[in-house]
Amino acid sequence: MLPNLVIFLSGFVFSIGLAVSGMTQPGKVVSFLDFIDNWDPSLVMVLLGAVVTYFISQRLILKREHSVFGEKFQLPTRMDIDTPLVAGAALFGIGWGLVGFCPGPALVSGITGNPQVLTFVLSMSLGMYLFSALHLRYSNEPDGGAGPLDAIAVRSA
Amino acid sequence: MENFTPVASLVGGVLIGLAGAAMLYFNAKIAGISGIFGGLLQTRKNDTLWRLLFVAGLLCGGIVIRIFYPEALDFSVDRSMPAIIAAGLLVGFGARLGNGCTSGHGVCGIGRLAPRSIVAAATFIITGSITAIVVNQLFGGAI
Repeated sequence: MLPNLVIFLSGFVFSIGLAVSGMTQPGKVVSFLDFIDNWDPSLVMVLLGAVVTYFISQRLILKREHSVFGEKFQLPTRMDIDTPLVAGAALFGIGWGLVGFCPGPALVSGITGNPQVLTFVLSMSLGMYLFSALHLRYSNEPDGGAGPLDAIAVRSA
Repeated sequence: MENFTPVASLVGGVLIGLAGAAMLYFNAKIAGISGIFGGLLQTRKNDTLWRLLFVAGLLCGGIVIRIFYPEALDFSVDRSMPAIIAAGLLVGFGARLGNGCTSGHGVCGIGRLAPRSIVAAATFIITGSITAIVVNQLFGGAI
């Protein structure tokens, strides 16, 4: 019960952070990405605040054996730079730059019921579903291959 | 640079970092939104509730924002439906293929100094910039 409540609150605070930072305004995101005219460097500040906070926190947190609720830390263990990583990030960036939405802000903005946002969220979900379906079908590995979530392995102590 | 909001953006960024840190500290999980949300589209036992709760937290945050800070949810970008559909498909498919998005790679991954995440974030910022510049400069900001 308590772990679930904390997850809910984390999502809630994340959402407030996205809104306060300006990430839920696609125009602001596009004005950051297009640095030629009237550049808005706000996203540099968002990244700086988030990354520095997370960097310091995880250094302290990972000194523990396990989380507060007793789970082993689930951290990605892969270190290789492969084609799917770069190709996926490249495609993601094109979609991000085209409208100015990434997944978190799109979900948060979805509550407005704006048809453009809802269309984006549905298309994004379809894109995710298509990936899972293709991955299961064409992967050579017997279990359908390591899906993205399987890349997150339990950290060996 | 008249739209630059350094303080609000820094404070918002710190909140995002704290939310991500709370996920790790209490629940040992990485706060990657595309991974959490995308996992809902696959069926696995005992793996759905926490994802739903995180997304519910995001949405409840959205409701509170809409009441107290509606300007933040002012979606007004000059994009046609086909462009929005294409963008959504690319964001969804790309995030899954590349194992993460702006939160998982951009915040948690860079925050752990993970080489894969640094490469991914650099890649999506570069292709995002090229796309935004093409749309603004070649298509006059509307597509």
